[in-house]
Order: sequence, then C-alpha cells, then structure tokens
Amino acid sequence: MATETRDESGLSRTVSELSLGRVALYATLLGLVGLYLSPLYSGLTTAFKTQGAFTETSPLQPPIGGFTIDPWLTAGSELAFSMVNSFAMVIPAAVLSAVLGSLTAYGLTKVDWRGQALLLALFLAAVFIPYQAVLVPLRQFWSMVGLAQLHERGELVELTITHIAYGIPICTILFRSYYQTLDDELIEAARLDGASLARIYRKIVLPLSLPMFAVTLIYQFTQVWNDFLFALALLSNRSNYVVTLELNALQGSMATDYGVQMAGAFIAAFPTILVYVLFGEQFAKGQTL
Amino acid sequence: MDSLRNSLRRLDPRSPPGTDEGTLRDGEDGRFARLRGSDFVESIPFWLPATLLVLLFVYGAIGWNVVISLTGWSGLGQPEYGTFTLEMYRQMPADQDFRASLRNTIALLIAFTGVSLVIGLGLALLVDRKIRFENAFRTIYLLPMALSFVVTAIFWSWMYASNGMINATLTAVGLDAIAFDWLGDPRFKLAAVIFALVWQFSGYCMIVYLAGLRSIPDDHYEAARIDGASTLKLYWRVIVPQLRSSTIGAIVVLMVFALKAFDFIYVMFGDNPGRSADILAVTMYREAFSASQWAYGAAIAVVLFALALTIIGPYAYTQYKRGAL
Repeated sequence: MATETRDESGLSRTVSELSLGRVALYATLLGLVGLYLSPLYSGLTTAFKTQGAFTETSPLQPPIGGFTIDPWLTAGSELAFSMVNSFAMVIPAAVLSAVLGSLTAYGLTKVDWRGQALLLALFLAAVFIPYQAVLVPLRQFWSMVGLAQLHERGELVELTITHIAYGIPICTILFRSYYQTLDDELIEAARLDGASLARIYRKIVLPLSLPMFAVTLIYQFTQVWNDFLFALALLSNRSNYVVTLELNALQGSMATDYGVQMAGAFIAAFPTILVYVLFGEQFAKGQTL
Repeated sequence: MDSLRNSLRRLDPRSPPGTDEGTLRDGEDGRFARLRGSDFVESIPFWLPATLLVLLFVYGAIGWNVVISLTGWSGLGQPEYGTFTLEMYRQMPADQDFRASLRNTIALLIAFTGVSLVIGLGLALLVDRKIRFENAFRTIYLLPMALSFVVTAIFWSWMYASNGMINATLTAVGLDAIAFDWLGDPRFKLAAVIFALVWQFSGYCMIVYLAGLRSIPDDHYEAARIDGASTLKLYWRVIVPQLRSSTIGAIVVLMVFALKAFDFIYVMFGDNPGRSADILAVTMYREAFSASQWAYGAAIAVVLFALALTIIGPYAYTQYKRGAL
C-alpha cells in the first residue's frame, strides 16, 4: 500500500493510509498534546471548582458536582487595574520600538557605509544581554531623572521608556533581515528621480514593511506584556503595578486558593494567548530570528 | 563590498544556486545595488536616535554597572565614585550562596539547553512527517512560549503540589509509591524548574528546527536516497549536520533564556529559593534589591554578563565576520 509522495519540502517519504507506523505517529503526537496541555488543563479544572469539589476531587477530574465561576470574578476584580496599566505600557512600547527599529534598519541597510555592520553587531548582541547586567544602573538612572517624583504615574512612564529602548535591538534586527530581501531597484530608481531618503521610506519602504510590522508588534506585545523583571525592579507603587507583578502578589496573598491563582493566571495570559491564536504565523516568524 | 554582497546572497535561501560569481558590480544586479556612502549624512536621522538609546540604555548601563560593582556601595546613600575596590569580587569565592548559584546556573544552562534541543528536534521530525492537522499540533506545542514565566510558574506550582496533577496522575496509574512533594525536597527543586522550562521552550526549538528542515534542498535527500542510505543514516548523516546553524542559533537563545529564568524561580520560590535552586540571576536580585548590597549585586551581575558574553560574543562575532550583518 505504500506510495512515495513528496510534500512542499521535497522530502520523499513513505506514506500509507493505515499503516501501523502512522497510527503510532498520531498516537505519539496526541500523547504529546496531552502532555503539553496538562498544566493548562489542571489550571482550568481547578479554576471552575468550588472549595468542596476542590478538596474532594483530583485535578484530573472536571468540575462536576461543584461548578463555580467565583474564582474568575475574584481574580478578575483583583487584576483589573493592573491589566489597564499593562495595556497603557505595552501599546506605546510595542509601537515605538517597532517604528524606531524600522527606521534604524532602513538607515543601516539601504545606505552603504563602513561601520554599519559593527553597529548592527552591537544591536544583535544587545538582543541577548541578560537584563540583570543593567538593573542596578537602571534603578539609579531613573531615580536621578526622577519622573516618579514628578507624577504618580511617572514610574509607569519610566518602565515604558525602558521597554522601548530594550525593544529596539530585536526590532532592528528583524527589520534588517527583511530589508535585505527587498528589491533595491525601486529605491535606486526613486533616488535617481531625486527623491529624498525620507520620501523613499514613506512611499516605498514603509508600505512594503507592513508584514514585518505585524511580526515585530506581535513579538514586542508578547515580550513587554510578559515582562516581570524590569517591572519588579522599577515599580514600587502598587497602583502602578503591571499584571505580571500583580499576579505574583495575588499568588502570595491567595497562597492556598489555587482556584483564584489559576483563574488569575488565565486572565493575565489571555491577551497574549489571543494574539498567539489569532496571529500564530507571525508569532512563529518573530521567534525564528 | 562585493564579497559581502555575495556572501549575503549565498545566505539568502531564495537566491538560485550557482550565481555567486564575484563579478557583479553596483547596478548590474539591482538586488545588491544600494544607495552609496555619499548618502550617509542624509541617513543619520534614521538610525541615530535609536542608536543613541541603545548605546545609553544598554551599553552605557553595562559600563555603569561595572563601575558600581567597583565602588563597594552598600546600604543607604549614594555610591562614591572616587574610590574603587575589587573587594566585591574577592568576596565571591567564600560566599556559599554565590557558589551554589553559580553551580546551579551552569547545571541549568547545560541540562535545559540540551534537553530542549533534543525534544525540540524530536517534535520537529514528528511534525515534519507530512501529517494531517500539522498547524494544530504546531500551535499546541509552541503555545507555552506565548505565556509569561509568571503564568507558567503559577501553573507548575500547582502541577507539582502534593495534591496536584502530577501526583494525581501517578496515583491514578497505581504509582502512588513515587508520588512526592516535588518542590519540598531540595534534591528535586532544580530538576523541577528545568522540567517546566523545557515544557515552555521545546516548542520554540521545534519551530527553529522545522524552519531548518524545510530549508534543506530536495536534492540532498534524493542524492542520499540514490546512494542507498537507510532512513537512520539519512537523518544522522544528511539532516542533522545541515541543522548546525539552526542549532547554534537556538543554543544562544535558550542559554539567554536560562540565564533569565529568574522570573520563573522568583515567582515559584520567592527571592530565596534555597541553595538547591538558587541561580545567579536570583542571587543578584536578592543582594542588590532586597538586601541593598548594591555593589555586590552589581558584581554578581558582571559575572552573569561575562557568562552571557562567552555565549553571545562568538555568535555575534561570527555573524559579523561572515557578513550576515
């Protein structure tokens, strides 16, 4: 029954309709699905159980005989203000790093001069720097600048600016690899017609960049939303807490209430899960640098 | 510059093979004819603002961190930039917490990276076998990557709890003898962290390897087939060696994540996980931000940075050298 087929990768494989090997393959794949989803499954069942059902049933069992949405309401009201803070931080941070990354990559890719490769190497290295190496100076720097003393929301602004600065390197590298593949003939022709670099960017490069803007915005949205370390180091005022920080605080104060903790984890993760499900393709592209 | 352009062209998987002769001039092939160096001045406003931000926030901050580590600054007040001392670095060898966290960091780096790569490659090979619903499987295996460390630490605390999912599963299949308080025993703490991190990042390795697998040209497989290579040989001799650059890229990213595993450990155990699960990133935060030993924290950060640099440095340098930048 075996037939040689080829898929788009061109790899010849033996595919048969109902061979033992195929059954084993799908069994393995499905088993792995179970393994990968088990933390989410145990979280989900727990978040819908009443206290009684929680103590009487195992996390393997669905919440039958004691279903409730109370943990979701509790976690939701506890996390609401921090969700607002997270959105207030993540939107400007993601947009501005993407825009600055695009402009920088354009300036460093489409004009030939010595030294640009060195600058790009610095950008590339900056992508991988462990943030611990800058935490103490960052705290020092922002206490000197003192936005937090000027305004009660100042800390959140400081955190947002920090995220913009640390998002630029990855956005530049992502745009850079994309701009390398852009056809230069158009740009050359526009240049011969006397267009300025700014005009070329606006009329030619920017419209062609939209797919890459999707990739970088999704990447940055996820990174900034999920950040915990910078927020922990820079935010001291509870009213400025972003959702990762507030979720950690919630876990501490609800140490024994797993239902509320799990519901909170889902609520905090919901925006990034939504982005992931809606834009999975672009998400994956951003990960494979 | 021609050699740079040609090497760029070779790196571009879409360029047809056999066109990398070194005779192309600007304009002959529009693809690589860029704007000239004389446009340099006009290009400054595009890259300068971001470059300044990166130089200030990233490289300036790293330098400043080194300076702070040399001031011996502790407790209240401001650091004194007049006098410098290596005292912080001299303290390290005698500090049991530091030594434990350095050991754990290296163990975490090696175990986490190695296991994630192997599992990721396994997933990629499974998913690459012309399966139905490939997208659905890929989406599920990569999903943990979209979650924050804070969220995954909360899920896994509950997984590992004595009445949690892992023990419930063991009991359900009659293995209650090995059901255990996983986070309560120092011997299992670090392994528990590594297991959860592998869960979160193996899907990432799968995506990297899938991209690598799909960029291998058909004729490599065909040539191997014609030579009569067995499937195992095909994988070992043809496929795995061609995944080298995917592997190197993934190792760099994974190791950086491992150095950052701070969030996960901090949320799971607080800023003092005990010597069995303490890593440099956590020790650094505890010393600087909880104990206000700012200079000592900064010095630990320097060690962490040096560790990262031994991983990133060669990578960034080869990328730069081979003209990928």
